[in-house]
Amino acid sequence: MVMRKLKEFVVEKLILICGLASIFFVVLIFLFLTKEGLAVFKSVRPADFMFGRSWYPISEPAQLGILPLIFGSLIVTLGAAIISIPIGVGCAVYIAEIAPLKIKEVLKAGIELLAAIPSVVLGFIGMVTLVPWVKSTFNLPTGLTALSGSIILAFMAMPTIVSVAEDALYSVPKSYKEGAFALGATHWQTIHRVLLPAASSGIVAAVMLGIGRVIGETMAVMMITGNAAVIPQSILVPVRTLTATIAAEMGEAVVGSEHYFALFAIGIVLFTMSFIINVTADLFLHNKRR
Amino acid sequence: MVKFNAKNLNIWFGQIQALKGVSIEIQANEILSVIGPSNSGKTSFLRILNRLNDLHPGFKMTGLLEYDKTDIRKLDVEVLRKRVGMVFALPLPLPLSIFDNVAYGVKMHGERSRQKIAAIVERSLRQAYIWDEIKDRLNVSAFKLSGGQQQRLCIARTLAVEPDVILFDEPCSGLDPISTAKIEEAMLKLKKDYTLVLVTNNVKQAARVGDRTAFFLSGELVELDRTERIFTAPADQRTDDYIRGKFG
Repeated sequence: MVMRKLKEFVVEKLILICGLASIFFVVLIFLFLTKEGLAVFKSVRPADFMFGRSWYPISEPAQLGILPLIFGSLIVTLGAAIISIPIGVGCAVYIAEIAPLKIKEVLKAGIELLAAIPSVVLGFIGMVTLVPWVKSTFNLPTGLTALSGSIILAFMAMPTIVSVAEDALYSVPKSYKEGAFALGATHWQTIHRVLLPAASSGIVAAVMLGIGRVIGETMAVMMITGNAAVIPQSILVPVRTLTATIAAEMGEAVVGSEHYFALFAIGIVLFTMSFIINVTADLFLHNKRR
Repeated sequence: MVKFNAKNLNIWFGQIQALKGVSIEIQANEILSVIGPSNSGKTSFLRILNRLNDLHPGFKMTGLLEYDKTDIRKLDVEVLRKRVGMVFALPLPLPLSIFDNVAYGVKMHGERSRQKIAAIVERSLRQAYIWDEIKDRLNVSAFKLSGGQQQRLCIARTLAVEPDVILFDEPCSGLDPISTAKIEEAMLKLKKDYTLVLVTNNVKQAARVGDRTAFFLSGELVELDRTERIFTAPADQRTDDYIRGKFG
């Protein structure tokens, strides 16, 4: 009896430690990021950092304005969202509602495969196929543009959007569908007037999670967006994202320098953005359960 | 007048045969009660009348089933379902206001005039005997209503698309006796203008509202007769056993 209680106690505490560990690490990372990142504001004013229009970290004196990088991230993400949301949601509706069983299985396997492609491979494929195509189609000096990045990132967001949105559609009670059919609704009327609204919070969450993945993506964007830290005037020019900046420059920044701290500060900005997106997605998912 | 005419109707779900050689006529403006134990095929029978079984993969049907003398397979399925409305076992309001729940089907079928929609909503809610209880709060969410009120709201929603036949699939299974009485009262009034088919597990309810009663067992129609005959002098021993509660 005593042994059983002891065992129970030990197991309970072990699980508690596992649970706390993940939170502990997140807090540690956050603290480290904050400590290193905030150090940059000793030399640059926060407003100049956030809204400065030039990013010349190694000129003398260094100009550390990340507005071009924020715009770069936003334009690539926005483009990816515009491409991936309609296709992803449409694909989810097709898989959940319309596709015959066999096609459904093939499609689901395909989507999973798409999710399994490493981002560097996607970037590589984009570099050798998409980039020349963009260059010749739009008659540009270079194909390394925000558009190329958006298209590749759309491919990366799609699996997340499709699988989460499809789950949301599946979890709509079957009786809703029957109720709509019993009123004489056509299949399409049932889908867009009953199923999509009923699954809307889950679909929004799917979109947010997909976008969250896009905004944090680094390797593929670094390979195909051209990395020019200029505020983009259109989607057909090279841009540089927040993530690519950190990845490209961290290796050459002197530890403890202004540049080094500035890269950490970019990390904070990025962290905040994806945190907001994830919390929004969570709120919508939570809303669905209620 | 005959509303539905079934001759030697067989249906399957995959390998399982749910109805075996059922022949039945449903008269206009009657309430037909359908009773039987679970797995007797009574719900499958109900759901074939508006072709809701079609949604089931592996569904197959042989024999003849006519609605107003037309083979139901030749009718446009949306038109059939609009003419043959259905009220489900669990009240299923949509996450909308009371008014919008009733207006929903009307709008879906293309009605745009607000005045007409409002008139249809009021008429339907009156027919379902719920108007007086909710007329002051039409904009409240339908989820705020009690279970019995929700079920009558669903009846109103079905009525709003102007059907001809209404199918009830155990409409009172989750309701208290007072709500049940109100729904039965509504049904008895509705039969003046509509044909009603009521599937129920409550034998007493079948006796209270049905003009005729059909008894199903293992996918076969065992007996169909005027309700008072079924409940006083059934021809088949199995019917007698069921209504006396010996099985089921």
